[in-house]
Amino acid sequence: MERLSDTARRDAYGSKINRHHSPVLAYGMPWVSIILASLTPLLPIIAPAPILPPFGYMLLLGWRLSRPGLLPMWAGLPLGLIDDLYSGQPFGSGILLFSLTMIALELLDARIPWRNFWQDWLTACLLLLIYLVVAALVSGAQITLGHLYLLLPQILLSMILYPVVARFVALLDRLRLTRIRRIG
Amino acid sequence: MAPPSAKQRSGSNKKAQLGLFAGYLAAGLGATLGALLLALSLWRPDTFNGLRSMASDAAAPVGEVGAAGRVNTRSFFESIAGYYDAGSKNAELEREIEIARVRLVEAEALAQENERLRAILGLTEADTRPVAVARLIGSSASSARRFAYLSVGRDDGVERGMPVTSPMGLVGRVLEAGSDTSRVLLLTDTDSVVPVRRATDNVVAFAEGRADGSLRIRLINLGINPLEPGDIFVTSGAGGLFHPGVAVAMVSEVTDDGAIGQLLSNPAATDVVVVQPIWQGEILEAIEEPLETGDPVD
Repeated sequence: MERLSDTARRDAYGSKINRHHSPVLAYGMPWVSIILASLTPLLPIIAPAPILPPFGYMLLLGWRLSRPGLLPMWAGLPLGLIDDLYSGQPFGSGILLFSLTMIALELLDARIPWRNFWQDWLTACLLLLIYLVVAALVSGAQITLGHLYLLLPQILLSMILYPVVARFVALLDRLRLTRIRRIG
Repeated sequence: MAPPSAKQRSGSNKKAQLGLFAGYLAAGLGATLGALLLALSLWRPDTFNGLRSMASDAAAPVGEVGAAGRVNTRSFFESIAGYYDAGSKNAELEREIEIARVRLVEAEALAQENERLRAILGLTEADTRPVAVARLIGSSASSARRFAYLSVGRDDGVERGMPVTSPMGLVGRVLEAGSDTSRVLLLTDTDSVVPVRRATDNVVAFAEGRADGSLRIRLINLGINPLEPGDIFVTSGAGGLFHPGVAVAMVSEVTDDGAIGQLLSNPAATDVVVVQPIWQGEILEAIEEPLETGDPVD
């Protein structure tokens, strides 16, 4: 990427004159977007079977894979808690799975620090598969291993939609560092 | 490409090592807490109901707007489609016929019920007034459980256990009531069991949810399976929770011990639902048995 001079008037995030990155936006964007995505059960979609991808979890994956270090490792606790309040899962399953995901991705980052998007997608697919199967098994519904074919459409849809979510995260990431005019 | 951030490579920096360790510790504690809460909520499913209803009360306005939007969008598209072909009108009429057919079977069932009651007891039943009319504002579409959120709550008189119906038949029952919203256990949840009978005679059965949108109808009297595809099942009123004679399911496939039934009132196609009072609430209270969420009430 061509680097702009430090004294340039503009950079990719807008004019630099009297404008700065907002810390609230820069650090709050991942949190707010994941929380909003966790509210998808309140969308007026009444599904007869599990079909909608877990958008909160997918956004967590998107942010964590594209911007490691932006979300602290303990972020799984509050974000999982909010997801649990709306997802219909028994309370605690989101906290557990989100936290375990953060640990797993930290370990992955330590082993394979340089990854391309295909590897990220593969990672996300694997984690989504584990997440959806485990979430169904602990959901309290009487689902045995024989019933897991029910989850197949949801799993496939989530995997296919991950690049879209990653692209959306990239869009939010550009928005995150927009320069805001300082008042006064 | 994910750039390895300097923060994550501790190297021999004692402070960085400590920070990394603290991160793992915090995340591990979070996971442990999650596991404990999960075990607690699987053991006692009602523990966190208050917290959940508070949360859905807080977010209810979003859902309301969404539900209104759903109805408006649909009617908008319907009116456009009306210009292009008469097919949509046809579809609407077909839907009405479908409702009428269900209504007819329900009426037959009611008439039969009335006849029987009158013959045995000479009693007449008072009309029941609905508790509230509401919209379904959302559902647990990404979870394996089948819950829906309703736009009315305790403030409108909704209480736990009340049946929720639509013009097409039974939708579910209220699992917990917040002040402005309530959570409904849909018929297709694996925890939902409804006592039913065949609309034309008295073949009694249980309709259990199968999590994939259909119901499993389990006959109580085993023997020769009298069911045929197309049979309609209505609530039997056993257990005192659901009013007798509300349409539930139509048999689509006959199995060894009963049948697989298709839900007559698909919640996805339902805009407005009615919350009914518990049929024999006083008697149930007199028995003083807590209504367990999962168990069949019979």
